[in-house]
Amino acid sequence: MVQPLLELRGVNKSFGVVHVLHDVDFAVYPGQVTALVGDNGAGKSTLVKIIAGIYGRDSGDYHFDGKTVEVHGPRDVAALGVEVVYQDLALCDNLDIVENMFLGREETTRLGLDEVSMETRARETLASLSVRTVKSVRQSVASLSGGQRQTVAIAKAVLWTSKVVLLDEPTAALGVAQTRQVLDLVRRLADRGLGVVLISHNMGDVLEVADRITALYLGQVAADVPAKDLTHSQIVELITAGRSGDLGIADTSATAAV
Amino acid sequence: MSNPDTTTTPAAASGFDNDNRQSASIADSAHDYLNRLRGGDMGSLPAILGLIFLFVVFSSANDRFLTTYNMANLVVQAGSIIVLAMGIVFVLLIGEIDLSAGVAGGASATIIALMLIDYDWYWWAATLAGVAVGALIGLAIGSLVAFLGIPSFVVTLAFFLALQAVPLKLIGAGGSLRFNDPVLRGLSIKNVPDAVGWVAAIVIVVAFAALTLWRYRSLSAKGLVHQPLGLAVIQIGVLAAIVLGLTALLSVNRAPNPNLFNISGIPWVAPVVIALLLFWTFVLTKTRFGRHLYAVGGNAEAARRAGINVRRVRIMAFVICSSMAAISGLLSASYTGKVSPGSGGGNELLYAVGAAVIGGTSLFGGRGRAINAVVGGLVIATIPNGLGLLNQASYINFLVTGGVLLLAASVDAISRRRRSSAGV
Repeated sequence: MVQPLLELRGVNKSFGVVHVLHDVDFAVYPGQVTALVGDNGAGKSTLVKIIAGIYGRDSGDYHFDGKTVEVHGPRDVAALGVEVVYQDLALCDNLDIVENMFLGREETTRLGLDEVSMETRARETLASLSVRTVKSVRQSVASLSGGQRQTVAIAKAVLWTSKVVLLDEPTAALGVAQTRQVLDLVRRLADRGLGVVLISHNMGDVLEVADRITALYLGQVAADVPAKDLTHSQIVELITAGRSGDLGIADTSATAAV
Repeated sequence: MSNPDTTTTPAAASGFDNDNRQSASIADSAHDYLNRLRGGDMGSLPAILGLIFLFVVFSSANDRFLTTYNMANLVVQAGSIIVLAMGIVFVLLIGEIDLSAGVAGGASATIIALMLIDYDWYWWAATLAGVAVGALIGLAIGSLVAFLGIPSFVVTLAFFLALQAVPLKLIGAGGSLRFNDPVLRGLSIKNVPDAVGWVAAIVIVVAFAALTLWRYRSLSAKGLVHQPLGLAVIQIGVLAAIVLGLTALLSVNRAPNPNLFNISGIPWVAPVVIALLLFWTFVLTKTRFGRHLYAVGGNAEAARRAGINVRRVRIMAFVICSSMAAISGLLSASYTGKVSPGSGGGNELLYAVGAAVIGGTSLFGGRGRAINAVVGGLVIATIPNGLGLLNQASYINFLVTGGVLLLAASVDAISRRRRSSAGV
């Protein structure tokens, strides 16, 4: 089996007396889309924030590329090549696409910002993702549709030669055609060899694009299985009850993990 | 504009070829500009139209308004408002307000005057001390806003009240300090020698032309988004006409009695304002810090997630604003020739906010340029200048200026609404 690109083992996290994550194992494989599903309060966001380095871990290991790494903050994670695209897109409406993609990491020459190099690289990245719906890379983000904004946010993550991209509910606010675009883009990211994590409530999206599905139920991993082994209703059962047939928490945890 | 989203192209037709990299012609750019106007992105246009309107009204009402003597006067009067407004642009950019900028200027001017009179400091040392005082005030305000999270309105209102104590304590009630350092006072009452003015004007025009054409060449050679050549030429032409025209106008002897005196040349205030304008325009458009200012104003959370130190940006905006206020206080003292306890406590601040907003800086953050302060400052300065010539009672002046500020804020609010609906 391929070695996971990013792997968390035995992660526990409590906020005060609330034990949010129980011995969670989570793995992201290169070239695969791993869907992270779970009901509200199952611990998805907490897990993402731990991966992103925003929260610390109470216990558990963080492995990247087979090696144990120390992660102390978002910058450490970004340095590893892990980018998070948040649900409320972190874009500035008053800046254009290039400016947003390079925000916080602008390239400069001795004479100030290097617009030529930044625009060229932004254009290359968008082209490599086969993005074709944007009128001009110099149009302001305010004029983009929801799907286009999501595209820019994802392209921003890809621009930094990242290895793992986490997408938090990327299709939550999108229409049918726009969802189509974003899912295509998610697939293309994985085809380029990136490890992609898709957090979604939409089972249709998950089944269509995911290679593996990790279901969280009340802070525990209910299942971590290839997507082709699951049906729509099985995922729903895993999310709502934590078990489905012989999958799930009630069984010994050894059988749940494949 | 068609929405490209609704048409799904087959995945095979990939690539990024639909991206148009330039406006093909001047007609296209004009069309784009009209679209942006319709979408609510007005920029300085209302201010420029307002300035033309005021000039037409005042010049038809009083034939002394358009004399070169009065125009030079207008430049000097506008100087301190423009500089203060330029500082205000920075706090407005990040969506904050600084109500204390006017009195911060007064306090700094008091320090400068004291250094000159009591300690015999050189003018430049005293100026540096004044700007340092301004920067310290900005640092205090910015830290309170950024670290404690107190709304800037409240913090700067407190500073507005407290800072009035500084000149009152140092000067004493009813007193005033003379401001007659030959260099600093000369900023308002002396002029650049004609020849130097012409050389500077030509250098500015040539440098602008060279920069614009160089930019055009480097962008078009790499196939990046650029404006059409025709538009660049028009921009150069307009700038040349304005700069050279004003230089010509101000190089004529404008003394009321030309046989007795010779008053000609550009007032020294103008080069100070132009230097500040160029410097801050560079900072805003060509540096990472400038880009971060816009980002914080547009979406502070996005800026934070992008790894920008939002607190530092916030504090720096207030530091820049108060430092510019110190320079503005200096120019204002230079114009009146004295510093009194009331300096900067009057209308200065509201004039400056008005100037920035009229010039096209948004009160809601994220939009604004240094040039906005210049255009808006000229509008604001023209009102009392023109009304003064018409011998109107001063209450009219307040009414008109208040009305103009309200009008500008309305334009800002309406254009913001249109932007969010048109999505430009």
